[in-house]
Formats: sequence, C-alpha cells, structure tokens
Amino acid sequence: MTASGKRTAYVNARLLDPASGRDGPGALLTEGTQILDLGPDLFADGVPEGIEQVDCNGHCLAPGLVDGRVQLREPGGEHEETIATAGLAAAAGGVTTMLCLPNTQPVIDGVALVELVKRRAQEANLVNIHPYGALTKGLAGEQIAEMGLLAEAGAIAFTDGTATVCNPMTFRRALNYARSFDLLLVQHPEDPDLAKDGAMNEGELATRLGLPGIPTVAETILVERDLALLASTGGRLHIAHLSTKDAVAAIRQAKARGLAVTCETAPPYFALNETAVGDYRTFAKLSPPLRSEEDRLAILEGLRDGTIDAIASDHAPHDQDSKRLPFVQAENGIVGLETLLPLTLELFHNGTLPLLRALETVTCAPARIFRLNAGTLAKGEPADLVLFDLKKPGKIDVEKFRSKSKNSPFDGRPVQGRVLQTVAAGRTIFARKN
Amino acid sequence: MATAYSAALMAKLPAKIPFPHPHLLGIEGLLADDISRLLDLSESYVEQNRQANKKRSLLQGRTVINLFFENSTRTRTSFELACKRLGADAINMSVATSAIKKGETLLDTAMTLNAMHPDVLVVRHPHSGAVKLLSEKVTCAVINAGDGSHEHPTQALLDALTIRRRKKRLQGLRVAICGDVLHSRVARSNIHLLNTMGASVRVVAPETLLPIGIERMGVERFHNMAQGLEGCDIVMMLRLQHERMNGSFIPSSKEYFHFFGLDAAKLANAKPDALILHPGPMNRGVEIDSEVADDIGRSAIHEQVEMGVAVRMACLDVLVGPTASDRKAAS
Repeated sequence: MTASGKRTAYVNARLLDPASGRDGPGALLTEGTQILDLGPDLFADGVPEGIEQVDCNGHCLAPGLVDGRVQLREPGGEHEETIATAGLAAAAGGVTTMLCLPNTQPVIDGVALVELVKRRAQEANLVNIHPYGALTKGLAGEQIAEMGLLAEAGAIAFTDGTATVCNPMTFRRALNYARSFDLLLVQHPEDPDLAKDGAMNEGELATRLGLPGIPTVAETILVERDLALLASTGGRLHIAHLSTKDAVAAIRQAKARGLAVTCETAPPYFALNETAVGDYRTFAKLSPPLRSEEDRLAILEGLRDGTIDAIASDHAPHDQDSKRLPFVQAENGIVGLETLLPLTLELFHNGTLPLLRALETVTCAPARIFRLNAGTLAKGEPADLVLFDLKKPGKIDVEKFRSKSKNSPFDGRPVQGRVLQTVAAGRTIFARKN
Repeated sequence: MATAYSAALMAKLPAKIPFPHPHLLGIEGLLADDISRLLDLSESYVEQNRQANKKRSLLQGRTVINLFFENSTRTRTSFELACKRLGADAINMSVATSAIKKGETLLDTAMTLNAMHPDVLVVRHPHSGAVKLLSEKVTCAVINAGDGSHEHPTQALLDALTIRRRKKRLQGLRVAICGDVLHSRVARSNIHLLNTMGASVRVVAPETLLPIGIERMGVERFHNMAQGLEGCDIVMMLRLQHERMNGSFIPSSKEYFHFFGLDAAKLANAKPDALILHPGPMNRGVEIDSEVADDIGRSAIHEQVEMGVAVRMACLDVLVGPTASDRKAAS
C-alpha cells in the first residue's frame, strides 16, 4: 500500500508531536496512508517533482485528534446524528479517530452490531471509528456481555455508556472477566440512587433555582468504590468525564498506589461551571452536571499534574425537542466534536498547560489508554493529521457545525485557534475555505 | 492391556492393605502411600469387574447406606454397584424421600440412621463440610461422595487410576484442569491428589471461575486455553452448571465454548498423546466438543466411569473389609 501510495509533502510547518516532545519548524511527508518521514531538514532543498506540496504557512501540524468518547446515535437515533454527519463534524474539528459509545438502538452488545458500525464507518469513509462494546447485556447492569467475542469483532473497550454499572458484584466479576482477556472497562461514575431525580449540581445555585441537586458524592462514591474493586481484582479501568475535586483526589491517590487506572474529563468541566446553567439553560445540562468553581479548578489541577490523562469531547447530540423542555425534563449532554480542539487550546492560551501537554490529552494520551495505533507523528504511523492556526481569534458558531445537532453551551464563546485542514489515512477530509 | 498387568499386580499386593483412617472424607491429608495403595487395590477390582461373575462375598453381612442430599445418578449407581459386587447390603436414600424434607436436621438424620447399625455411610451433600460434621456424630465409617465445592475424593481417585493405567505413572505429568474451578469439588480433590503424587497442575478458566488463592494450593493460573494446555499430558474438563452460564460468571455458553470449550484446535496445544478426562455429565458444545469427547484414542471419559466402581470397591474394602476389621481388632 505505502510503496505505491500517493506522496504528499507538508512543508513550512510547525511540527507538534506530544509523544516525542517535538515542537519545531519542519516538514512531513506522507505516502499512501502512512507517515513516511518528517523533520526540520526534510525538503530543505525543496520538494522533488511528483510530490504534492502543501504549504502550511508556519501553522501547527499535529497528530489528528483521538476522541475517546462520542455518541454517534446510529443506529436508532439518526434524526439527531449519523455516522456520516458525525464524521463530517469530526473532520471539521480535527478529530481523526473516535470511539463511539454502545448506547444505540439496538445496543452494541452483539457481534453483529459491532460489524454494522464498522461497515457504516467504512461507507462514510471519513475518520477512524472504533465502537465500544456493552459491558452488560442491554446496558441493564446485570449480566456481563460477550466481551471476548465482541473484542474479537473489534470492540475497543467495554462500557455501559451513559449508565453506571451499579451492582458491585456485577462490576467486580466484569473486571475479573475482562482481565482474563486483558480488556479495558470504562465506567460512567455516578451513583444512580444519589443522582436520582437530580438535574444540576447540588448547592446554592440549585437551591435558588429550585432545581433538585446531584451531590458531588454521587461521583466520588462510585469512583472510590471502583478503585477499591480494581485494587481487589487487578485489570484495567478507565473512568470517564471526571467532574469533581474529590474524584480527582481519589484517582491521584490510586495512581500513587500503583493502580492501573486512567481517567479523562470533558471540556465543559474545565471551561464552565454550574453558573452556566444560569436562567435554566438546558444546553448546559450535562451528566455529570457542571460543578462548582472549586471543582472546576481541581479539574485544571488534575490536568496539570497528570492525574487526568485525557480529554474527550463526550459528544452527545440531541435535537431541539429534547432540549426545549423544562430543565428537569431536558436531555443531558452537548455536542463536542467541533469544539474539542479550540477548548483544549484554551488551556494553553490561558496558561494552564504547555502546548504539547494540552495536545497530548487529545492525541497520544487517549491512544495509549485505548491501545490505538494513532495520535503520534512518527515514521510508519498512520497519516492522521490536523493543521491548525494556533492564534487565529474567532467565535464558536453552532450554526456552522456539521453535526446534525446544535446543542452546545459554547455558542458565541470567543476562542483562539482553528482547524485549517484535517487528513485521515493520508487523505484530506476537511480543508477550510478562505 | 489391563488384564496382563493386573495378574502380576495381584501377586504383589500385600495381604493386608493398611489405611490408617476411619473415614474417607477427602484427599487432603492422605499420604502418597495411602493413595498408591488404594490405587493398587483398585486395580484388582478392575479385573474382577470384567469377569462374568463380578460378585464376591468380602463384605457379606455389612450394611452400606448411600445418603444423597443432592441429585446424582452416576456416583450413586457406582457406589451401589461397588457394594453389591462385594456382597454388602446397600440401601439408597435420596433427599426427595428423606426426613430432611420433613424438617429434620442433618445430625438427627445421621443419628437415626446410625441407630440402625450401618457399617458405612456414603454421603453427598450440597454444603461444604457437611459430611465431616456428620462423620463426627456417627459410629460407622463415612465416605464423602461430594460435599459442596470442597472435596469429592473418590472422583479424584478414579481419575488418578484412569491416568495411571494409561500413562503408567502420575509423577511428573503435566495436568490442566479446565473450567469452573470455582465451584468444583472435583478440581479441589484432584489438585490435592495430583500434587501429592508429584504431578504438576495448572488451572485454565476465565478469572471469574478461578477462586482467589487457588495458586496457594500449588497450581498455576491460566486464562487462555492455548497457553494453559501447552505441553500437557492430561486435559481434565469440568462441567459448567447451566445457572452459571448467563451473564453471572460468564456471558454466554456461546462465548464460553469459543474461548474455553475443548475442541481439536485447542487440544492441539497439548501433547499429541494427551488424554482427555471429564467427570460427567458433559455439556456438549459448552465445555467440550463432541469431536474430542467421542475420540476413543484421546478421551478416557467412559474408562473413568469403569474405574469409578473399582475405586469405590477398594475404598469400602479398606474401611470395613476383613483387612480393616483385622486391623481394628489388633489396635
């Protein structure tokens, strides 16, 4: 494939590779679907004939983003998103690999569904899509799903999606069972009894708004329980979308003890706090809910010290009808594929993280957690790239989203940095006009 | 082959078989010598069971009660035949007809039966330790025919006899015990016996079916059949109960068979002459494929059943036969 593939030279770039620590001017050559070469001296004497040339004009060339948590809504919710529209949104957002949750209709708890998603992804022919398999049958939290067969079919990890596996015996057996096959489990950490009927973060604001609260302990108790279970079984656990100070502290301690746990957060948990709910704005209704400023600062600290390994968009498309409802009745979640990069770059622009560390959380860190061949700029690696203008100011505009759903609380937010071009498997899948 | 070697063995057998235990409650605690002598004696009964006249009067006048608190066909039948072939009177009591159903405790049942002066109680019970508890209250010998997930000593002995006849030894063999080790008394008894006799034992199953600390019983843990069966002389499959198949311990029988069911491809990792054992009854298509279960060159499953009767005759003999009586009189 590579020997006969088309060659493209990306010259005059600022090469950014978090995995190797590379940050400097240079060029990169792709052949077919792979990176053939890169470096500061490549094409110093010009690009030879026969190689297509892309002038990066000094902009940043980084590995395509790896988004570890996306809901595609296909099959079953195609009015909100499809594999094709999510692919377009991902491409526009610089995301070249995404992992999709199994909470579709029907649920991805059988080999046939894994194969369906993979086939539909091939037909869409945009970004790499890896489905999660259900951790329990029907996401019902009781009987462990056919993880071995699902993994053989291509399921990348196992989760009940936006549902928590509450029964500790079921989760312990699942950890043990997954360990037999060296599989990764992913938990949505929220105790459903403590979160029951809740609509936003518990506290003064919820009290003033008269909305039922979800206490932070709903997250903490589940995280601490799962860490205790993991300590008793061994195996690999990844905890999704951390939102609380106490959960960050629990994972920090667990990592210090040597537990094989990883975790991620999502942009709303470091870019917003509960005040975004404001006057009952359902676009700021999430699961877990937006938390207090103290929690938000703890998430930033977790990203700084590496307790939080990665950032995922937690892309959750919803149509207008699901959000234009009284706050308590509205659906949870926001779309995130097209805002993942600019919101992550905020962490650099506001001085929270060095640029390479910010990029690491959306490239090689998730790739390492999910053991994907992605997220690095190196010879022989897949030619999955994003070219972006780091400085360019602009505003997030949901009307320009490629995603079918526009439910984002970030509409109108001023950001710096925008995607110019996205390349997946050597092929340009997005190029910004003008 | 058994005939030729049995005659020679008969001549070598000691006139008296010392078995320094009042009961057979488990393999744990037996010495290699105890086990070897039981197996040697069993050999003579294999021979006897193949004659036209299978009956001897060694235990004439003795009474054996088979007390089964758990359903069983093959073990109970095997014990009953063993009794009859040695001339003892055998009574079968199963839970369906017993006083337990009327609310009597285990120990009251035991004392009631004990008052009838049996010589042996053969007991199976769904709870671990129940047979030992019963043995402490009665004046006759007790044979454990399986207690909960604890021990099933006659099964381990019959497995050992089957292996020893085919492989001519136990020492140095590599044995894989595959499947639901967590709930298996057969696995525990076999682990004790094989380790005592110098075999090396490994267990192969998904982590959910391997009990915590099993490696401290002297086994290696494996989660992969290909690796677990590598270089094995013996592949011992365990039965998977239906109630464990649907998501509690394993996701499905389909997934279990795919990864842990013994088929020709997985068996190819064992030695070319590896022997397959299964305590029965088999779930074809769950833990074992018919192709290997029915391969008479590889599968010793029917031979195990035959050895079962001989082993149980030997156990009755050493506990209450004339040899044992002489010994007790002398002591």
